[in-house]
Amino acid sequence: MSILEVRDVDVFYGDFQALFSISFTIEEGQTFAVIGANGAGKSTMLRTIAGLSRPRSGQILFEGEPVDHISAHKRVAMGISMVPEGRRVFPSLSVNENLQVGGYGGRKGDWNLESVYELFALLKPLAKRQAGSLSGGEQQALAIGRALMSNPRLVLLDEVSLGLAPVIIKRIYEAMVELPSRGTTILVVEQDVQHVLTVSDHVACFLEGRISLEGAPAELKSDDITAAYFGM
Amino acid sequence: MNWVNVAVQGILLGGLYALFAVGLALVFGVMRLVNLAHGDLGILAAFVTLGLITHAHLGLTWAALLTIVVMFCAGYVLQRGLLNFTLGTDDTRPIVVTFGLAIIIQNTLLLAFSADEQGLEGGRITTASIHLGHQLAIGWYPLLVFIVAVAIIAGLQLFLNRTKMGRAFRATSDDREAAELMGMNNRHIYSLAMAVSLAIVAVAGIALAIRTTFDPTSGSFNLIFAFEAVIIGGIGSIWGTLVGGVILGLAQTLGAQAFGSGWAILCGDVVFLVILALRPRGFFARTVTA
Amino acid sequence: MSTDGSLSAGGQAEPDARAAIPGFRVARSTRMHLYVLVVSLIIVVSLVSVPFWAQVGTTRTLITLFGLIALAQMWNLLAGFAGLISVGQQAYIGIGAYGVWLFADEFHLHPFIAVAAAGALAAIIALPIAPLLFRLRGGYFAIGTWVFAEVIRITVSNIQATGGGSGKTIVSAALLPIDTRIYGTYWVGLGVAVGSILIVYLLLRSKVGLALTAIRDNDLAAQSSGVNVFRSKLIVYVVAAFGCSAMGAVVALNLLRIQPAASFSVNWTAFAIFIVVIGGLGSIEGPILGAVLYFVLQQTLSQYGSTYFLLLGLLAVIMATKVPRGLWGLVVARWDLHLFPVRRGLVMSEPSAPPGQAAAVAKEPGPTAKPA
Repeated sequence: MSILEVRDVDVFYGDFQALFSISFTIEEGQTFAVIGANGAGKSTMLRTIAGLSRPRSGQILFEGEPVDHISAHKRVAMGISMVPEGRRVFPSLSVNENLQVGGYGGRKGDWNLESVYELFALLKPLAKRQAGSLSGGEQQALAIGRALMSNPRLVLLDEVSLGLAPVIIKRIYEAMVELPSRGTTILVVEQDVQHVLTVSDHVACFLEGRISLEGAPAELKSDDITAAYFGM
Repeated sequence: MNWVNVAVQGILLGGLYALFAVGLALVFGVMRLVNLAHGDLGILAAFVTLGLITHAHLGLTWAALLTIVVMFCAGYVLQRGLLNFTLGTDDTRPIVVTFGLAIIIQNTLLLAFSADEQGLEGGRITTASIHLGHQLAIGWYPLLVFIVAVAIIAGLQLFLNRTKMGRAFRATSDDREAAELMGMNNRHIYSLAMAVSLAIVAVAGIALAIRTTFDPTSGSFNLIFAFEAVIIGGIGSIWGTLVGGVILGLAQTLGAQAFGSGWAILCGDVVFLVILALRPRGFFARTVTA
Repeated sequence: MSTDGSLSAGGQAEPDARAAIPGFRVARSTRMHLYVLVVSLIIVVSLVSVPFWAQVGTTRTLITLFGLIALAQMWNLLAGFAGLISVGQQAYIGIGAYGVWLFADEFHLHPFIAVAAAGALAAIIALPIAPLLFRLRGGYFAIGTWVFAEVIRITVSNIQATGGGSGKTIVSAALLPIDTRIYGTYWVGLGVAVGSILIVYLLLRSKVGLALTAIRDNDLAAQSSGVNVFRSKLIVYVVAAFGCSAMGAVVALNLLRIQPAASFSVNWTAFAIFIVVIGGLGSIEGPILGAVLYFVLQQTLSQYGSTYFLLLGLLAVIMATKVPRGLWGLVVARWDLHLFPVRRGLVMSEPSAPPGQAAAVAKEPGPTAKPA
């Protein structure tokens, strides 16, 4: 059984259709990457899986169960966790409190304060600092750590490298490689294709609300990716 | 010496205003809701206590405790059943709905209790005072209210800082959607915040009712005082409401002493407007809140 | 107002001189609006003639209606168009009431001229108050306006010259011949009501109206794209102060008595909110409809006191949660009827182009990083 199945999903913002009949399947333990230009509908896809947006038609199944009528906060309890675009850490809370809030639902598993600090050693000395005062890279590490605190089966990462220094991006991607070994499946969305191809098992390219190309990174030619990305 | 006496009274009165203000500030902090019925809900609590004493023949303490529990539950139901549906659209709806609620409460109380002034009998404590020297006398009751106010504010701050639900309140205040992504049901959290707010304003309403007479229309004044205390203290700051309340209480009592009792409220309003002009973010504004 | 076949004329737009994009024209007026104009003129002319054939009681009651229309238009201008929700317009209503007394009895202006003077006085007072209150947002702005109203009320109640808590009689108006007074007040009141509708209409068609639409959609975005948010809100606030004051002055001339508790009563705000929420927030038609409905309700039910107010509160809560665009919103949703041409619509020059094409103009920006 696949961990996530998206079937013919259409999503609208008012009259504007953002996603057109999107279908794909993610297997347990995979790192699935969604790439595409700004505005291709990638973030909308993640928000829909997380429950922040609702599909007008189509279905989303998590571990075989339809989740369309389950609200976002309950999906967290089922094991879907999201790192939203722009990090969105709680600025007035300390680093430690942000992580504690991440564990609000109380799902049991490998991830706790200790193991998150182990994964992102840079956060440990900052535990008492207000999250709003951290650098962008530190905030991103915190946002990922916070999402892991709910011990998700599937973690959704939205544009984790956006606006960060290359050295930080490298460190975050190194951490990402560790997750599947702990039983966490990853769905990552990126505009920056370079890094994501090295860590993912499967890539789907979005173009104007549709999937324009799909496959294992090794099997895809870079010309085809460029064409699918820009719609040429 | 007389002025010192008046100033002490003003500071203690500030405790009562802070009790009215802190619930208003909490609800605004968590869900950006300005509850225009806040003052009337406090007066409603006073009438509920009065009703429990006269009709159910409870003693003041039990009637007050029961009222606080009732108001806590009413707050949850009010938020979950009505006010949640007004949020997240535009500013107009929550203001119109809570203003409508204020009118409903006032007129229901007028129908049930008439426009007569009422009072809650607090017993000996309301007249007893501590004499310090010849001229300075501190009433036991205003002192008790002030201590209760400080205790409630400290307790609320502790709750926000140290408990899981308190962290959830602050996380929701920072970023509602991100909090939802952490598994928090914001509708439940908003409702709990309103429940806490109304439990505290019930304490405020009962404290006011023991201190002075009240009638169904007393709520609007207390909303205005609470609001002034919140803005003077700084939006988003819990301890700020105490500072705001004390400044307002001082302005009113000192103003009354200087110009006559008819000018007391106006002096408070003027001090509020001056602080709004000179220091629009108040004294303890948190940087994060809008 | 009519909902007849003239609706079909909605597509035949008259060209607007300011249209610049080829292929589109910005259109506001349609042929229907010509009919609306004619019908409105007929209504206004008939209203002008009322004192000549109706009973004095009817004439005086209609003055109340005019007051309600003006009040509702001004409150809606603030809340519905500028997003400024005031629960303190009674400040300016009271200033109007006391202003007309001040100018008529103390400065010996003719009572009807004093109405305009009272309006101007309110506008002058509003100018420095607005920037202070604008420091507060949303619900806090609302309570701030209330504090200001209380400040004025308490001041007036405490001053001997204004009669303290028991108020004053407007002697100069009481001394006018009764026909002059009632007819005159009626026509001035009608003027204030029609004027309040016209000023809102003209404001919405002006640059301010365009700015307000931008502010309502997104305050920050409007600011960053060069819309002067502060100036637009200031104009609206001052106009609303003038209008409410003129309305308060007319009500005072009708009653001949002014009293702080009544003139500065927060009930004025309750009426305004009720009328606009029932009628329809954010339209010119809604407050007129709401005022007429409320007027009927008041004439029949106000004797029931608290029960009547309880009902008003309940209706306001139900309408605001269940029908947020009010009764006029239902009319618009059902028939897409707009009696006042304040909305700007893009109209295709080539009738063959499908309407959906307009959306395609919003192209998405390109990628920020190159793929490998």
